[in-house]
Amino acid sequence: MEPILTKYVGEPNSYTLDFFLQHQGYGGLKKALGMQPNEIIELVKASGLRGRGGAGFPTGLKFQFVDKKIEPRYIACNADESEPGTFKDHLLMERNPHLLFEGCLIGCWAIGARVAYIYIRGEFYHVQKVLEAELAKAYAKGYAGKNILGSGFDCDIVIHRGAGAYEAGEETALIESLEGKRAQPRIKPPFPAVAGLYNKPTAVNNVETLCNLPAIVTNGAEWFASLGPEKNGGPKLFCVSGHVKKPGVFEASMKTTLRELIFDRAGGIRDGHQLKAVIPGGSSVPILLPHELDIPASFDDVQKAGSMLGSAGIIVIDETTCMVWAARNLLHFYKHESCGKCTPCREGGDWLYKILTRIDNGEGEMRDIDLLVSVGNNIAGKTLCAFGDAAATPALTTVKHFRAEFEAHIREGRCTIPADWRASGTPVGAH
Amino acid sequence: MSFHPLMVYDSEHFQKSERGRLDEGTPFEFTPERRAILDDMLTKYPPDQKRSAVLGALYLVQEQEGYLTASGMRHVAGILEMTAAEVEDVATYYVMFFKERVGKYVFQVCRTLSCALGGAERVTEALSEKLGIKPGETDPSGLFTLLEFECLGACDRAPVVMVNNEHWHEKATPESCSKLVDDIKARGGAAVSGCHLKVEK
Repeated sequence: MEPILTKYVGEPNSYTLDFFLQHQGYGGLKKALGMQPNEIIELVKASGLRGRGGAGFPTGLKFQFVDKKIEPRYIACNADESEPGTFKDHLLMERNPHLLFEGCLIGCWAIGARVAYIYIRGEFYHVQKVLEAELAKAYAKGYAGKNILGSGFDCDIVIHRGAGAYEAGEETALIESLEGKRAQPRIKPPFPAVAGLYNKPTAVNNVETLCNLPAIVTNGAEWFASLGPEKNGGPKLFCVSGHVKKPGVFEASMKTTLRELIFDRAGGIRDGHQLKAVIPGGSSVPILLPHELDIPASFDDVQKAGSMLGSAGIIVIDETTCMVWAARNLLHFYKHESCGKCTPCREGGDWLYKILTRIDNGEGEMRDIDLLVSVGNNIAGKTLCAFGDAAATPALTTVKHFRAEFEAHIREGRCTIPADWRASGTPVGAH
Repeated sequence: MSFHPLMVYDSEHFQKSERGRLDEGTPFEFTPERRAILDDMLTKYPPDQKRSAVLGALYLVQEQEGYLTASGMRHVAGILEMTAAEVEDVATYYVMFFKERVGKYVFQVCRTLSCALGGAERVTEALSEKLGIKPGETDPSGLFTLLEFECLGACDRAPVVMVNNEHWHEKATPESCSKLVDDIKARGGAAVSGCHLKVEK
């Protein structure tokens, strides 16, 4: 498939307004402003575009659910890309920022919003600088702000810097953070489409999702749907990292198999090593084993295989990796990032980490394995947002697939798979 | 009174809160330039939602003071029509705000899975040895702080070290980090700028 979102990212000036305009930039916006907002929502629905942030919810429906009777309405663009293993929005924003602005403006036109807030994670400061400089150019040339392209449509784009919180990637937590509070999720309903930012109807969309809108408006819904398997249309960005030769972002159809992405696009496993496990959709999703990779990398097919495509952050793990350690590493992340609002997640994450730590250090007992599963199952599904499930998954999925490694740690009282890329001495910053 | 023999609540055995007090710092007021930046930021949000600018305002305090002081937070609270407790509530939640004095250069090594698979533990170890401090500490000269950080979202460039919340040092190795420290000592802030890896075709 010919790349659509990342076609020009390798060009030195791909991020500039001039370059963007030379390559049909803002063409989708021009066409969209000549259409009725409702037509655009119907078009996005027909295209089958699904949210690229993780849940895969149909974007057209999200736009339709936005309560059109209440003013003002908002778009909150989720650029808080924090799921471990995911780095696609970074590339889009750094190398193709105007595509995101164009997508934001089309989305605002469709739902009748006058402001789009781009909530970018604080760590992407160098990307934010690019966005701000290019946004100023877009304003100067009339592609944003008052009376866009002479259509009478006014729309502002605001770049809002976060300050380091994984939870801010959850849609209601992102809204809380935009309002100047702790990034903690809200009880749903009401959903953001009815009462979101400042209690007004809000569509929260991922960067990549919005970046697909210009192409849909320009080329039509049928074209978009035809690019992928049924209900999984359009181009998709896949992030491959870990033990592969060429880690990176690869744009492909969701017809492409996971094996092709890992072995063809990312160059396969580093020399002299074998594939052990794959986390296909960011650190929060269940592991797939090497024999399970011959499936299309689509939302539905990966789900059928027992995992999730999530944010398409594919983490590749080779045989030198101790899976108890891997689970412990991820639980350190989740216990650190838990916002603390719901008890099962706040307390349970810490429990999981402590149990994994003692098993990893060879101080565990056999009953700890079942305790791990029990604690995990008491977090998943029992929290306000999906973080609880995400935190329990690394522990549950490693026990499910690699129980023998847990037992070996406990039996031998030490880690049985010491890797050469781990720290050489005593673990630094053991905590 | 107590409900349990092991949990006595009397004048000698009260349960002390672990909440630390924030550093008061020196009396704080934004420089006119930073105040102008904040005022401009406030125009981006509805007039009755000044609070939305709190993260931006706290970044400005941190830029001016090096870390967040209690007096800085009170100043922000006054401008944004929040209580000091509300500002502190926000400030203590987000990891990019430093609640105590840090070194002039803060190294934050990403420790999450993809970076760890790429050797982040060895990078932390090497930096720790080079600087003579453990993660979480500042060296006696006050020049460097070493911290471990959770996923930076740059897993294809693993392992990554972020410097001062802004600059990325990608595909780090023990050797490249040692060189980075020497470079900073020799050339200061010029040694760290933005994000170095350009997108390769």
